Amino acid sequence: MDLMVLLAGLFNYWVAIVLMMSGFYVVIARGNLVKKLVGLGLFQASVFILYISIGKVQGGHAPILGALIERYSNPLPQVLILTAIVVGVATTAVGLALIVRIRAAYGTVEEAQILAQERAEDAAQAEHPDDPA
Amino acid sequence: MTALQQLPVLVVLVPLLAAPLCVLLDRRRLAWLVALAAGSSCALLALLLQRQVQLGGPISYALGGWPPPWGIEYRIDRLNSYVLLVVTGVAALVLAFARHSVDREIAPERQVSFYAVLLLALAGLVGICVTGDAFNLFVFLEISSLASYGLISLGRDRRALTAAFQYLVMGTIGATFILIGIGLLYLMTGTLNLAHLAELLPAVAETRTVRAGLAFLTVGIGLKLALFPLHLWLPNAYAYAPSVVSALLAASATKVALYALIRVLFTLFGAALVFDTLGVQQILLPLAALGVLACSTVAIFQRDLKRLLAYSSVAQVGYMLLGVGLGSVGGLAAALNHLFNHALMKGALFMALGAVCYRLGSVQLRDLAGIGRRMPWTMAAFLIAALSLLGVPLTAGFVSKWLLLQAALERGWWWMVAVLVGGSLLALVYVGRVIEVAYLRPSPVAGRCEAPPGLLLPLWVLALANLWFGVDTSFSVGAAVAAATALLGSAGT
Repeated sequence: MDLMVLLAGLFNYWVAIVLMMSGFYVVIARGNLVKKLVGLGLFQASVFILYISIGKVQGGHAPILGALIERYSNPLPQVLILTAIVVGVATTAVGLALIVRIRAAYGTVEEAQILAQERAEDAAQAEHPDDPA
Repeated sequence: MTALQQLPVLVVLVPLLAAPLCVLLDRRRLAWLVALAAGSSCALLALLLQRQVQLGGPISYALGGWPPPWGIEYRIDRLNSYVLLVVTGVAALVLAFARHSVDREIAPERQVSFYAVLLLALAGLVGICVTGDAFNLFVFLEISSLASYGLISLGRDRRALTAAFQYLVMGTIGATFILIGIGLLYLMTGTLNLAHLAELLPAVAETRTVRAGLAFLTVGIGLKLALFPLHLWLPNAYAYAPSVVSALLAASATKVALYALIRVLFTLFGAALVFDTLGVQQILLPLAALGVLACSTVAIFQRDLKRLLAYSSVAQVGYMLLGVGLGSVGGLAAALNHLFNHALMKGALFMALGAVCYRLGSVQLRDLAGIGRRMPWTMAAFLIAALSLLGVPLTAGFVSKWLLLQAALERGWWWMVAVLVGGSLLALVYVGRVIEVAYLRPSPVAGRCEAPPGLLLPLWVLALANLWFGVDTSFSVGAAVAAATALLGSAGT
């Protein structure tokens, strides 16, 4: 495929890929729970861009009925993305609520410190007489 | 329009509307009663739907009267109604079980919200079963998942919070993959209706976009299904959640995800395309076999019984996927039958553990010494469900394992027979450990402390169901074979 078409013509999809991979990387690589949620949000945003790029019709107007407009972009992907955005907002809300409770229970939102506390708990418990099996 | 014609949407609406009703009533006992009523009516509606489909064939319901493929369609066929029946049936029993268990494990001021969120989770799971629209599937999947994250976080141990967060992150990535898959399929066909997609996909199936869509869908659903190695969220989630939540999720969440995978593989794409052309078998079968062997082995070393049963659940999902991967009517029927039976087994096992937790406050193996004599009825039900898990004749588990073996032998796949037998032997070890500690060790404390009848009755209904469906398989196997034949016989609808 012609290089210009590949880079410039498919620009939206490149953006979607870059966002998706960045978001995924943040989820995996960052230990702070809030940063993980941010990465998750980036990851979901890339999917939104993918869907909306699919729906664009060349020379098409925004899908709002108008008197003189003859060509509209496809409204369906936009509706789907509105729903997906709401789902993303709800997920972020639940995630943040969990983080608030984790902070109250552990005193930290850093994954490494949470794991260290849990391991210390397990080690302390292992000093009790173990089950005979 | 009569009420019977509205059944497909009623079965989703009842729990969905009962949830805010619980919150409005704002009393613990009333909330439980509303939840129980909603769950039982849901199960009844599912039974009526199953009868309708059996007598009249697949039901197509246009939501809002807008015809498919532009409107959202709820489509009930043999496969849906089967999965719907077992999910709602176990949910109703778990709700009956919930009253005492929730009193013990969840703070009084949170119980009303608990029942409301539980009903939302049920509505989501039921919605996934009945819908015939791909994006609607995603929405209901997210409804049930978000509700599950909330439910799991209500466990007593603070690790329930981190378990719920881990599940949230992994589950959202899975759901987003599913969304990408749906988007790519829409890109190539222009429709979201499952039946219409099935008609249009064969023409574009060889393109890279559709293959990528299938890959994204499989991985996304695999994450929800706890396909090895995407199962990492499950042990923590099941171990630290309240007992009622573990029982409900173990018996329904992964089953519904398996149903979604079967829909995608067999209805959307068709067995010929998926297995012969695209070779999905080569990925599913090794992962399923590894899941069975690895997770059964890990289960042997667990000291927390809920965690042990969680790893066992992942192994059983592996069994179901082995059946799906066979691609034959026998294999698929065996997988569906195992889906049904496993919901019964694991529901009973987790409920028995819930009863033990109610009395002892712990499900660590070392605390359960001699519990068989102190809680005879509870542990007898546990024993029956455990024998079913092993696949002892006269129990439901035997039937599905036998069907799987037959299907594997039919194909001449001796390696699968070895995996099935190996998995059962490993199960014998980890179940045997529990039975030994419960029955053969002396108890440090004397005296009976049996669970109250409110906990024992639903538990025994499920335990006896294990025995019933082990003896009278006309429904459980008959419906599974009918569903499998319908799926593999036709390429689309």
